[in-house]
Amino acid sequence: MTQLRIGFIPLADATALLIAVDKGFCTAEGLEVELVREVSWSNIRDKLNIGLFDAAHLIAPVAIASSLGLGHVKVPIIAPFGLGVNGNAITVSPELHAAIAAAVEGDLTDPMATARALAHVVAQRRKRGQEPLTFGMTFPFSTHNYHLRFWMAAGGVDPDEDVRLVVLPPPYMVESLQNKHVDAFCVGAPWNSVAVDLGIGQILHFVSEIFARAAEKYLGLRQRWAEQYPEIVTQLVRAHRRAAAFVEQAENHHEVAALLAAPNRIGVDAEVILRTLDGRLKVSAAGAYRSDPRYLLIGREAAARPDPVQAAWLYAQMVRWGQAPLSAELLRAAKAVCRPDLYDAALPAKEAPVTTPADGIGAFAGPPFDPDNLKAHLDAWTIRRG
Amino acid sequence: MDASLKIVIVDENPIRAAILQDGLKEAGHVNVTRIEDTAGLLARIYAIDPDVILIDLENPSRDVLEQMFQVSRAVKRPVAMFVDQSDTASIQASVDAGVSAYIVGNLQKDRVKTIMDLCISRFNAFARLQDELERAKSALEDRKVIDRAKGILMKVKSLTEEEAYALLRKTAMNENKKIADVAQAVITAAELFK
Repeated sequence: MTQLRIGFIPLADATALLIAVDKGFCTAEGLEVELVREVSWSNIRDKLNIGLFDAAHLIAPVAIASSLGLGHVKVPIIAPFGLGVNGNAITVSPELHAAIAAAVEGDLTDPMATARALAHVVAQRRKRGQEPLTFGMTFPFSTHNYHLRFWMAAGGVDPDEDVRLVVLPPPYMVESLQNKHVDAFCVGAPWNSVAVDLGIGQILHFVSEIFARAAEKYLGLRQRWAEQYPEIVTQLVRAHRRAAAFVEQAENHHEVAALLAAPNRIGVDAEVILRTLDGRLKVSAAGAYRSDPRYLLIGREAAARPDPVQAAWLYAQMVRWGQAPLSAELLRAAKAVCRPDLYDAALPAKEAPVTTPADGIGAFAGPPFDPDNLKAHLDAWTIRRG
Repeated sequence: MDASLKIVIVDENPIRAAILQDGLKEAGHVNVTRIEDTAGLLARIYAIDPDVILIDLENPSRDVLEQMFQVSRAVKRPVAMFVDQSDTASIQASVDAGVSAYIVGNLQKDRVKTIMDLCISRFNAFARLQDELERAKSALEDRKVIDRAKGILMKVKSLTEEEAYALLRKTAMNENKKIADVAQAVITAAELFK
């Protein structure tokens, strides 16, 4: 048995990892995994970087930032397996929801309509001399940061000038909305549902409404470690692939939710986790539901196969918001984080690549994304830092 | 020497924070503030305007501090990790000890190095203390269990206290177990035969 330590944050998109361990898929591959529940992305990043963890449940932009040496020590990270595509949601306070609903022209499920309505609300507040709205997200290098920015900027809201974006650890999100420290947040499951159940938040958008495909979490490994232990990488991919297939069977959802509900795993009610797996979420305290079978993809639609296009898109957001300079070399390094070659090599049959959306992203606004021409992507926006 | 440095400690554990604060005071740092409640953390840090921020790794608010790396309206003075890219030993030592340090503004790294070293040694000392406390507690528990088992053996087998203890010890040695484990087995067995 090979012994491994893997860090994770209690979120629904750690499911493939947690099930790979708890259902014995790792053991079947000869891997004895000790799961370590962590409290911050900074800790996960540091412990993976210095080798206290062999692998980690990693928010996709953190893997890229680490490989590029942005914000912290440069340690090349690779992802041979994608733990989840989509899965985030934007939750707003009942007051902000009412204000957006009053200003919206069109459908509240249409992100362009809500983003324009938000611009209207922001302008109104400024006229009245009110404090700018505050949005919570999980980390400077996070999908949540980029998803919020992409959405609001498309409607004409400058995320740095017109509102405040603040980092909040996921377990503090709900409390901060309740205390009115934030007016909205973007976070993964189960925290949106927890806010809805408490009657303090309303889900405005699933991120799957903003992008058809948005890479969310990777199984991250140090590149040097992966080169040193190719056999373990193969075993990890196989175990996770089997776990993802198990999770995607609807008849297994109850068992999976019950396992994830354990206090040393995600530690919330199984019923709340089940909503995420089923893609049917309660969006308001009044009991309205919204369904999207693509709310969180774990292995379906080639979600587990790491896609360099996604890494290029995330790097483009880092450039757009002034976190990184634009260079061909950095783009190459960002794409190199995703290792579909290792994924393919570990599995008996090659998965069919995704053909919809055509550009691999399917954003609700802007031209199709070209991973080899980031300048075109950046030039499409007036609101940007880089 | 560095009495002018303003230091903030973000730690929910009052004992560990006190140990660290004492250490810093001994080293001549008098300007040390502890933040216990992390609600509105950035606003409080801006109000204090520290040169160095020390935070324990069990604190989820570490991610909030990482926001200070960014230049944006929400962040007034950018911060950096105290370490150099090359200084992996320092990162390792601090992560092992369970603490992280951030320097604010343009403070020189070598001025922080001594603070960081002190921080690591105090965090490690605290961990040792806690470990010793745990061991003392479990030793006390063991004593209680062994005393109860001795009592049972003295009664059932009409042994003296010394003989009862010798029997426990011999059994433990033969079975390659701890005396406390054998004692626990005696108690369990006695409960079953009640």
